[in-house]
Amino acid sequence: MLWYLGRRLLQVIPVFLGATLLLYALVFLRPGDPVAALGGERGLPEAVAEQIRADYNLDKPFFVQYLLFLRGVVTLDFGVDFRGREVSEVIANAFPVTIQLALMALIIEAVFGVGFGLIAGMRKGKLFDATALVVSLLFIAVPTFVVGFVMQIVIGVNLGWLPVTVGRDPDVISLLMPALVLAAVSFAYVLRLTRTSVVENLSADYVRTARARGLSRSQVTGRHVLRNSLIPVVTFLGADIGALMSGAIITEGIFNINGVGGTLYDAIIRGESITVVSLTTVLVMVYIGANLLVDLLYAALDPRIRYA
Amino acid sequence: MTTQFPVTNDGADGTPGPAPVDTSKPLLEIRDLEISFATGGGQVRAVRGMDLTVYPGQSVAIVGESGSGKSTTAAAIIDLLPGTGKVTGGSIRFEGRELVGASRAEKEALRGRAIGLVPQDPMSNLNPVWRIGTQVEEALKANGFKGSRTELRARVAEVLAEAGLPDSARRARQYPHEFSGGMRQRALIGIGLASRPQLLIADEPTSALDVTVQRQILDHLGDMTRDLGTALLFITHDLGLAAERAEHLLVMFKGKVVESGPARAILADPQHPYTKRLVKSAPSLASRRIQSAHVHGEESAEVLAHHVDETPVVAGPAVVVEAKNLTKVFSIRGSRPGSSTDFTAVDDVSFTLGRGRTLAIVGESGSGKSTAANMVLGLLEPTSGTVEFDGVDVASLNTKDAFAFRRRVQPVFQNPYGSLDPMFSIFRSIEEPLKLHGVGNRSEREARVRELLDLVSLPQSAMRRFPNELSGGQRQRIAIARALALKPEVVVLDEAVSALDVLVQAQVLELLGDLQSELGLSYLFITHDLAVVRQIADDVVVMQHGKVVEQASTDEVFDTPREQYTRDLLAAIPGAGLVGDEIAG
Repeated sequence: MLWYLGRRLLQVIPVFLGATLLLYALVFLRPGDPVAALGGERGLPEAVAEQIRADYNLDKPFFVQYLLFLRGVVTLDFGVDFRGREVSEVIANAFPVTIQLALMALIIEAVFGVGFGLIAGMRKGKLFDATALVVSLLFIAVPTFVVGFVMQIVIGVNLGWLPVTVGRDPDVISLLMPALVLAAVSFAYVLRLTRTSVVENLSADYVRTARARGLSRSQVTGRHVLRNSLIPVVTFLGADIGALMSGAIITEGIFNINGVGGTLYDAIIRGESITVVSLTTVLVMVYIGANLLVDLLYAALDPRIRYA
Repeated sequence: MTTQFPVTNDGADGTPGPAPVDTSKPLLEIRDLEISFATGGGQVRAVRGMDLTVYPGQSVAIVGESGSGKSTTAAAIIDLLPGTGKVTGGSIRFEGRELVGASRAEKEALRGRAIGLVPQDPMSNLNPVWRIGTQVEEALKANGFKGSRTELRARVAEVLAEAGLPDSARRARQYPHEFSGGMRQRALIGIGLASRPQLLIADEPTSALDVTVQRQILDHLGDMTRDLGTALLFITHDLGLAAERAEHLLVMFKGKVVESGPARAILADPQHPYTKRLVKSAPSLASRRIQSAHVHGEESAEVLAHHVDETPVVAGPAVVVEAKNLTKVFSIRGSRPGSSTDFTAVDDVSFTLGRGRTLAIVGESGSGKSTAANMVLGLLEPTSGTVEFDGVDVASLNTKDAFAFRRRVQPVFQNPYGSLDPMFSIFRSIEEPLKLHGVGNRSEREARVRELLDLVSLPQSAMRRFPNELSGGQRQRIAIARALALKPEVVVLDEAVSALDVLVQAQVLELLGDLQSELGLSYLFITHDLAVVRQIADDVVVMQHGKVVEQASTDEVFDTPREQYTRDLLAAIPGAGLVGDEIAG
């Protein structure tokens, strides 16, 4: 197990290097000069532009710039953006709310997706199953922003149950609606995945054999169907953590949340390359971490997988 | 082999074990049972007017091919019919109580406690994510075990020990994937008998296991049920096995019982035409048809040897394939980085396949027989040793010659469901090798496909159909037609008839024999089933743990086996003992 963990952590290094190099190349080698853009329509005096380029290492060759950036990442000093703010500070401001939002969404989709999926699978072909399938299809088909606006109008404005937008210091209540919107699509996938998996497991030989040795329906469901059905679902949920963090861009926009999505969008528009790369690098790390976690969870659920 | 339980009696006379039971009243009584499955095309009647009586302590076997309704009947008794299956008529009485229409609670109370089940496939019938002990525990708890955790643990260990698993307390903490197939089936037998049911249903309990393991498991099952006085309802496709293991026999065909009576009587004097055919073609019992197949082989070899004499080939004419000191080593990744262990799958194996003859490689799973076959096919490179084809080392061929070599050696694999592409029509499946090797134009290829379908006795109209529309036997014929498309000299048959029902198996074996004498083919026949070997092979290579144990002509191996392992294999053929007393006589 320790060997496995060590090997996996070593594997993080090439993934990290490859991902950041690609990111860096995509952002910095794109056409257009960010410094020139700073000047707007009137443009900057040549001397000022030169100064800015020197300050941000933009006059150096691409690989030197990349290596300098890597040094910054390792020492957790991402540098400053064009407006003079510490990028690490920007990250520290943006991530907490997004992490909270993503975790809430993850819990919502896991609890409701697995729960409804299990019931739908057990009652395959019945009314509940059919309804769950249609509703989940709707969630998958309808764009996130539509779901967001509808919920804002119905739950926020008409019913007045939850705040319509999120303020500066978001709490759990005000984040509930954005979390629901963010979870909607993944909830639909989790539901369908659980349902399929449950249906498959219900007809498995070992379920029939468990029934034959005298176990009741509920015992069989709890002990044999659910645990086995969760194996593929956990894989999906783990991979979804990363998607939820980056997928929050739209949701954060709708609900006016100053999270990773908003900050990233802002930075792209402003051509703040260093902020874009830094934020994305952190997202890559989150993704890698989540995947490692999933693999370990996988082994806990399925004893056939023993990492060596 | 030793068992921990004293054998009370021979059992053939029906003496129940020590448990005091009233043997005069039937334990299980099935009358006019009707079972239907709802399909898109309406109701399919799987079981039609089935009658069955089991007395306490008695052993009864239901024999039939797949789809005959035997397993469906068993599932109906414990109300675990798969899918849309439903009992539509008749009655099932257990100890006088009617089960058809009984409440769910009533049936659940019966399961495990009064009626145990040993399922067919030990690989899929234990939940892979729970420890063996946990699965025994839940069976005990569900059937009213009262006691502390330590008592429960002790009982679990006892159950597994009874089932013949040594070191059972430690074994209980292991997961199913850490058990071999035989061990899993022992655990399942332990679970089935854990709560001391009066009736044990064993649904093909050993058909997924190696023959020698099969024998041990069945012996143990027989001993246990006899000692506990448990009645046994044994379900199998193998007539020999059924006759050997049960006192009373029922033969099912298309959902109906066509014959019922004492096992030996049915075997000796079958009445119904279906039973007659079954007795005749049961591989474990057949000893007559062998000669004809054998003679066929001899003749074609002679014809060909003669033919070869006229047009001399550089290499020795009599030998097509010669494997010399074949060795295949796989390296298995260890638990630590850099630590890998070598596993020798095939160890210094040599054999020769004569032209127009059939060489059978026999062995249990893991013996290396399929690895050897894959090396002959050129699908796997030997670690050392050579495969010579007409005296030419296959490994020395360049890419172009190797491609040409593939035309001369063709495979037929075990699973006809897996070896045909479901998206390809039959025509396309058979045509593919012709196309690949650039044989003829489209109309010539079509003519060849028609010819091949004739050769394997399938209607030409079959070529417009798809694999899912055909039966297992028909698909295997297609696979054979495809193998013959390029007019190969050698056909490697890797367990080619193992997945087929007995009667279909007999037909395919006959077809293979005919094709051999017609086309002068040489067969390398890989199988675990010695009974089949006797019907088709001229020479036999017995393999165990990657090594050749014995190598001789078929008659020698069967009549005067030299090695203990070969004798074990022969003894493990179900019904082998019966051949002497009843059939040959």
